[in-house]
Amino acid sequence: MADGAPFVLVVVPFGLLFGVVAAEAGLHVLESLTLSLMVVAGASQFTAVQLLSEGAPTFIALFAALAVNLRMAMYAAALAPHWQGAPLRQRAFAAWLVQDQGYACAMIAYDKNPQWSASEKLRYYVGTASLICPIWGIFTVVGALVGAAIPPEYALDFAVPITFLAMLAPMLRTGPHMAAALVAVTVSLLLAGLPYSLGLLIAGALGMITGAQVETIAIRKGASV
Amino acid sequence: MTQIDKVDLWIVILGLGLGSYAIRFVFIGLIGDRQLPAWALRHLRYTGVAVIPALAAPLVVWPAATNGEIDAPRLIAALVTIGVGLAFRNVIASVLAGGIALYLGLFLLG
Repeated sequence: MADGAPFVLVVVPFGLLFGVVAAEAGLHVLESLTLSLMVVAGASQFTAVQLLSEGAPTFIALFAALAVNLRMAMYAAALAPHWQGAPLRQRAFAAWLVQDQGYACAMIAYDKNPQWSASEKLRYYVGTASLICPIWGIFTVVGALVGAAIPPEYALDFAVPITFLAMLAPMLRTGPHMAAALVAVTVSLLLAGLPYSLGLLIAGALGMITGAQVETIAIRKGASV
Repeated sequence: MTQIDKVDLWIVILGLGLGSYAIRFVFIGLIGDRQLPAWALRHLRYTGVAVIPALAAPLVVWPAATNGEIDAPRLIAALVTIGVGLAFRNVIASVLAGGIALYLGLFLLG
């Protein structure tokens, strides 16, 4: 639980911000709350709301938001062997709580405590991450209520790009990450005129491929990434 | 900004909710300790850093609030957000710095 405390500092303002942005886009409190509790992943929720409010086709909004969440597959794949042997019901619950900070925190703790059993590892994860869900939900609701009362002069339109950029910067840890982001930005700006937000999907795909390729080259040259 | 259709919205809420859960559960519940192939992991590592900036870039360069006109305060705010984020690796500090830069910019230049 205690290792989970720092997350709260991040989750409170983010939940608020998501609630406000969703309210600005015309979502009702119940809609924002359902989204927050089902998805539990800020970046993809912002993506979905942003694309829908731009009038992008439904399947593009869904597809892009799911693409943002694909990194969860990587976290899940890394956590799964640690939890192998714990009851399925508990693993199914913990799966719902898989997200960035929980993953990062658990990997550090599992490295430090290799003697832990699968059940202990799972309990540690649920302990640190379980604070997140209710807080994320509650502050989404608070944000949604507050957001409905904020007039447009406050330039909240720009809360979304600022949030995206703020989430992005700490992820740019290595050369391949930077290269992926640069290619994605360039392609997205060049293809901004394409209909159905297709430019976003192409830019995202090319960014991913760039990251993977640059990483391969870097490893071949013996650099550590 | 257009009015979001309620049916579309609920399709996305439910689809994203179930899809996100499926992405997480497939490995934890079904695949277990079988490893993903290295090439797949290598691409998954870069989904976030590719999709998020691709989404943000047009919003920064052609903001909806100015009807797509390039806007100095918003551009500066975006650069400040990234700069602070890279320097301090702290999401909240970065949002705050970006917000302050935006309001200062709108106040001084707007």
